[in-house]
Amino acid sequence: MKLTGAEIFLESLKQEGVKTLFGLPGGVVLKIFDVLHQQKDIEVILTRHEQGAGHMAEGYAKATGKPGVALVTSGPGMTNIVTPLVDAYMDSVPIVVFTGQVPTQLIGNDAFQEADNVGISRPCTKYNFLVKDVNDLAQTIKEAFYIAMSGRPGPVLVDIPKDVAMNKGDFRYPQSVSIRGYNPTYEGNKWQIKQAVEAIHKAKKPIIYVGGGAIFSNAHEELMEFAELTQIPVDMTLMALGAFPATHNLSLGMMGMHGSYASNMAVHYSDLVIAIGSRFDDRVTGKVSEFCPEAKVIHIDIDPTSIRKNVHVDVPIVGDVKTVLRELNAMLKATPNGNSIEQRRPWWNQINEWRTKHPMGYVQPPDAKIKPQYVIDRLYQLTKDKDPIVATDVGQHQMFAAQHFLLNKPRRWLTSGGLGTMGFGLPAALGAQAAFRDRLVLCIAGDGSIQMNMQEMATAMISKLPVKTFIINNHFHGMVRQWQDLFYEGRYASSYLDTVPDFVKMAEAFNAAGFRATKVSEVDDVIKEALKTDKPVLVDIEVDAYENCYPMIPAGGANHEMILEDPPEMKRGEKPASKVAGEDKDTVLTA
Amino acid sequence: MEHIISVLVENKFGVLSRVVNLFSGRGYNIETLCVAPTMDPSISLMTIVTSGDDRIIEQIVKQLNKVIDVIKVVDINESEFVEREMALIKIHTRQEDRAEALRITDIFRGKVVDSSQNSYTIEITGDVKKVEAAINLLQPLGIKELVRTGRVAIPREPARTTATQPKRILKEEK
Ligand SMILES: Cc1cc2nc3c(=O)[nH]c(=O)nc-3n(C[C@H](O)[C@H](O)[C@H](O)COP(=O)(O)OP(=O)(O)OC[C@H]3O[C@@H](n4cnc5c(N)ncnc54)[C@H](O)[C@@H]3O)c2cc1C
Ligand SMILES: Cc1ncc(C[n+]2csc(CCOP(=O)(O)OP(=O)(O)O)c2C)c(N)n1
Ligand SMILES: [Mg+2]
Repeated sequence: MKLTGAEIFLESLKQEGVKTLFGLPGGVVLKIFDVLHQQKDIEVILTRHEQGAGHMAEGYAKATGKPGVALVTSGPGMTNIVTPLVDAYMDSVPIVVFTGQVPTQLIGNDAFQEADNVGISRPCTKYNFLVKDVNDLAQTIKEAFYIAMSGRPGPVLVDIPKDVAMNKGDFRYPQSVSIRGYNPTYEGNKWQIKQAVEAIHKAKKPIIYVGGGAIFSNAHEELMEFAELTQIPVDMTLMALGAFPATHNLSLGMMGMHGSYASNMAVHYSDLVIAIGSRFDDRVTGKVSEFCPEAKVIHIDIDPTSIRKNVHVDVPIVGDVKTVLRELNAMLKATPNGNSIEQRRPWWNQINEWRTKHPMGYVQPPDAKIKPQYVIDRLYQLTKDKDPIVATDVGQHQMFAAQHFLLNKPRRWLTSGGLGTMGFGLPAALGAQAAFRDRLVLCIAGDGSIQMNMQEMATAMISKLPVKTFIINNHFHGMVRQWQDLFYEGRYASSYLDTVPDFVKMAEAFNAAGFRATKVSEVDDVIKEALKTDKPVLVDIEVDAYENCYPMIPAGGANHEMILEDPPEMKRGEKPASKVAGEDKDTVLTA
Repeated sequence: MEHIISVLVENKFGVLSRVVNLFSGRGYNIETLCVAPTMDPSISLMTIVTSGDDRIIEQIVKQLNKVIDVIKVVDINESEFVEREMALIKIHTRQEDRAEALRITDIFRGKVVDSSQNSYTIEITGDVKKVEAAINLLQPLGIKELVRTGRVAIPREPARTTATQPKRILKEEK
């Protein structure tokens, strides 16, 4: 059967089970959009910026576990999606991005809207392809999805020149792929797993350090079994939130730079660290040379390069978390470990002491300004029965959300960890909402971050994606201001965002709903209002502009050296003056 | 420490740049790099000389393995090996130096592959030490131009071979 490249594209995506595609057209991809326009199997969500399309694909992928798909044009369309590609590469998110390219005979001629798409994206994708012949298209698409989803997931880019989309070719979708240089290892080495079992039996002060890999591997049940079987406390990275229930008694919450006191003390003083699909990022290890100085390390990871990249590992297990944990659980059950639980009683006493000494708390005096933590807490309390999906932007609000929005299930948490991309939240939330039309999707945004992809409110309206966005508005790049307080004597260089825009009016300009809370007593009301609204909502919450996020391990510090509150020697900066003409309602910053 | 790493790769466009990007992006060092086809036309062999401590070399090998177009990676230094490099050295030859030039070439079992009124082009093949020794000795005569191939290496038997039997290698786990 002869089909055009554009038709082959469509049929291939259908074969892959793609239901939603995020994109924005342009000259060289018009043919493909034209074909998509005339069918109903795949929904096309038109975004307002290609960066939006990329993050939506990421949000879709994180929430569903299926690949997210984006289609953009050549040149500027491609360069606009570079940030999501890098973001997805850092956080191992499986997305497949299709870019248009100038016709094959023009490639290299500096043609109109030509960019070296494969060259630009080479260091920011797991793999990329340039399709030069329409007869290779189906095979390439098959390989692209396979590579994105298998092993350590990641972004793949397929560059399709205009003539390849127009030309006719044979369509036969391949049933399987084999790539001789690519064979991810799923089964862990049995001998190593046995070593792990022995180490676990011997350990007096063990800790589980779970990462995003446990979520990608859909291993939450196996993880639960492992933790309960061994009664070992569980620390989670930012990317692992939801892999293990935050409200479970074995959970110590998030670890790392802004992690809980108990989680960081526990990892520092442990004698066995069991790393499960986590990559020893410097936001977790702090000063590497002082990371868990007395511990043996077991590391389960599907990517051999993650193992021993940053820290020494005693028991390396290359494999898939789910597969390895099953094996490990079976071996553990075969060798009862009754007395090892007994010998860890002092460890648990110590951990419980840490837990009660510095719980993850905050103080909200009723007449004071709204504390950002309070907003997150109320949002959590008022929505937890609805099992929401929570997306965040990047900054203090992201960390407050990680600390106070307790998640009990995987794939509810969409955040940009490795790259820390401001502007990730809203489009990621929209991507998840596109996958789950009937679920509650929240976006916890910063007033700085939201302005980086604000235009996607239009997508939310037009594609009927009723995401509820809560802007934790401190009129600052708060995370930057915090560092300036702590390390730059309070000089607020380029961190004050002033009093514009008016987010409620902004919401209204999109024909969405806008609400605002400026007092503690209004917080519950606006949350309830927002939840009642069918449309997309922007809620502007004016919070205490000077709240800092603690605990905090200063960059280069060791994990037990947390700062727990504003240090006495900290110099607070001067309140910046508003530059908006006639502005006098700057209530947030005046005491 | 210096390591010679053999990398079997798909013979496709862009592969060289994937490998080179990996080194530059992560701050690893490439001292020499040689790329040539193998007996299987769909596979090329890259020989990379690099340096670093054990941890860095372990990462380099793992990172190379991770590149999808890389089929197999062998750290040649893990076993006994033979290495060779070739240099083409064009030297000035005044009348009185010609005999000396020929003598040095002879000592290193080199060959004069081109000559003109006032120059010789000498080919020297050997391990790095030999090539460099020859260059040092020829230097006083006046080197006009020097080209070196960079090193290639092969493990001594019995050991894993690099590129002679690609079919068999394909079945090994990566
Ligand atoms: C402002 C800000 C503050 C931050 N503060 C913190 C903080 O306090 N604490 C914190 O933890 N992080 C923090 N981060 C995030 C941090 O930068 C890293 O993104 C994060 O720690 C990495 O998490 P991870 O180790 O779970 O790795 P991920 O990036 O989730 O990587 C997953 C690992 O699992 C492996 N893997 C993938 N699939 C599988 C599979 N099927 N089987 C086995 N293994 C698999 C991968 O190879 C990889 O090694 C912060 C980020 C920002 C922007
Ligand atoms: C695209 C991008 N640019 C710059 C940064 C550096 N940065 C990290 S947090 C932050 C401030 C974020 O401000 P806001 O969204 O208001 O969140 P807040 O910290 O105030 O809660 C900045 C500028 C970044 N992470 N991403
Ligand atoms: Mg802010």
